[in-house]
Amino acid sequence: MDLISTPLHDAFSPYALSFVFAAMGLNIHYGYTGLLNFGQAAFSAAGAYAMGVAIASFDLPLVVALLLGVVGAVLLALVMGVPTLRLRADYLAIVTIAVAEILRLVFSTSFKDYFHARDGVSGFTLGFRSLNPFPDLPNGFLSFSRNDLWVITVGWILVVLTCVLVWLLMRSPWGRILKSIREDEDAVRSLGKNVYSYKMQALILGGVIGAIGGFIGGLGLASVQPDSFNTDFTFIAFTMLILGGAARVMSPAVGAVLFWAVLSFLGVALTKLSNGDNPIIPSDLMSPDQVGNIRFAVVGLVLMLLMIFRPQGIFGDKKEIAIDAR
Amino acid sequence: MPDDMQDTRSRASDLVGVDPEPGVSKKDPIVVVDGITRTFGGLRAVDVDHLEIQRGVITALIGPNGAGKTTFFNVLTGFDQPDTGEWTFNKKSLKGVSASHVARLGMVRTFQLTKVLSKLTVLENMRLGATGQRGERFWAAPFRFLWKAEEDSITVRARDLLGRFNLAAKEGDFAGSLSGGQRKLLEMARALMVNPELIMLDEPMAGVNPALKQSLLGHVKSLREDGMSVLFVEHDMDMVRDISDWVVVMAQGRVIAEGPPASIMADQRVIDAYLGAHHDTDITEIEESVLAAEVEAELRADDEETR
Ligand SMILES: Nc1ncnc2c1ncn2[C@@H]1O[C@H](COP(=O)(O)OP(=O)(O)OP(=O)(O)O)[C@@H](O)[C@H]1O
Ligand SMILES: [Mg+2]
Repeated sequence: MDLISTPLHDAFSPYALSFVFAAMGLNIHYGYTGLLNFGQAAFSAAGAYAMGVAIASFDLPLVVALLLGVVGAVLLALVMGVPTLRLRADYLAIVTIAVAEILRLVFSTSFKDYFHARDGVSGFTLGFRSLNPFPDLPNGFLSFSRNDLWVITVGWILVVLTCVLVWLLMRSPWGRILKSIREDEDAVRSLGKNVYSYKMQALILGGVIGAIGGFIGGLGLASVQPDSFNTDFTFIAFTMLILGGAARVMSPAVGAVLFWAVLSFLGVALTKLSNGDNPIIPSDLMSPDQVGNIRFAVVGLVLMLLMIFRPQGIFGDKKEIAIDAR
Repeated sequence: MPDDMQDTRSRASDLVGVDPEPGVSKKDPIVVVDGITRTFGGLRAVDVDHLEIQRGVITALIGPNGAGKTTFFNVLTGFDQPDTGEWTFNKKSLKGVSASHVARLGMVRTFQLTKVLSKLTVLENMRLGATGQRGERFWAAPFRFLWKAEEDSITVRARDLLGRFNLAAKEGDFAGSLSGGQRKLLEMARALMVNPELIMLDEPMAGVNPALKQSLLGHVKSLREDGMSVLFVEHDMDMVRDISDWVVVMAQGRVIAEGPPASIMADQRVIDAYLGAHHDTDITEIEESVLAAEVEAELRADDEETR
């Protein structure tokens, strides 16, 4: 374990990538449109499970499986959005969190022939791995395996492409409408825009981006398990978004990388400090097996300080926040 | 163009000979309202039996605070649902039509409490007003070359309007940095970006300085010359007298009078309900003292009576 390479490894890992996409989706929902989606985990889960089951149980080609994942995310967005997007913002928040939990419980208890309960779905990575162009490196980059290297290469290329797409969209009149909806729906309605339709488009787009996170995470871990998609998943993604600064193209990616790097660094450092015969941190203050929890507490503290001293996040625009109240 | 002049003259003259009676029918109404009621709890905020808004003229809607003017606007434009009633715009029923659809049909309103988008620049606020933009469609949005030309022509139109509303120097500022009066101006200019057939302004001149008010009044009149219909709520009687062709008076949710400005200002019901006895006298200091003396005398007389 190394203080530099381990955090770097974790920050660029497939696992971190799945959060980058989740946070990028939330950036569309919350950052640009002001939609409170607390069920982003459901979109990633829908993508991952659709892909996994389509390959593992039905032997479908990878491309078809991915398309099914996208369709799954679109359907989920419709299920969440149709009943709620005409109502006040709170209703979407409640429905998304409920749908995400219901979906997770369905995956972990029902249709065991396909979802395999808590064990999850596996055996779907062959098609993807067969496309891997990398040679077998004995001591690969940041000690990533050959398979990991392939997943993160594809993943980070997709991150860049998604960022470009988001940037193109948000400088367009379409993006202008989303940003206006975030501020005042009624003003947008009074100018003849169908607010409901734009909110739905935003929900679908962010959901599909979240599903891509499900693909990457699933391919990286070579399995899809229900417990990875609990409510923590969504809230960690939200945290990353806020850390980077909402409504900025790059902020979800930077926020996610930073979050994992700090978390991983704290893990390594605290473990080093509390280990050994004569640890620097006395064992009655903290034992090595408490590191996992303590590091989250420290991250929480850092976040609180950030919110107090830099509420707009790392990339956010101070001006945008300052002029608000009147 | 002389043809146009002819046209506008005949439109204003459409109102000549129309009886100044509440609910009177007009030659060419753009909006027809039938039996709209809207109650909040036990309160009848709006209760209009029949009302027609004439096309191509400037109609003022006046009445005391809480008369239901804003609520009436909300109902007509789909921002609120009435308990009962029907209404049409260009003979098309608007019952149950969504607010955004109403705006696309050509009936655009502004808000009494301004709704500028404070985190967008003034120019972006204006651009948002243009309807049916190609770049507002998801699949076209990423490809700038598809919507660039349209955006440019929208920008030209926006700048022209901003100039007329004295906001040209502000176009790059966040709308949130504007003053209250400037926000009113921006909202009115933005509504015009929609190219409405009927524009409904809720107290457009509240907080606008006198000189600018004069030039805006000129601008509103020129909208009428261009064939637009205007319905506005205003408490400033000078403005009502100056630019309106027809005045509708609401009190406690009901239309209590309508007619040309001069006859409305002389109507005893309107004076009692809204204007007050000395509404059209410019009160100078001397007159004020005379007035005060009169009131005092009256009070003394009352006092003596009760004694
Ligand atoms: N959302 C609401 N809930 C309850 N009561 C309301 C609501 N909106 C308006 N009212 C009531 O309806 C009545 C009419 O209000 P409205 O805002 O239409 O008046 P107005 O004529 O626009 O007055 P002003 O000249 O002060 O703007 C008022 O008595 C008000 O208290
Ligand atoms: Mg009002």
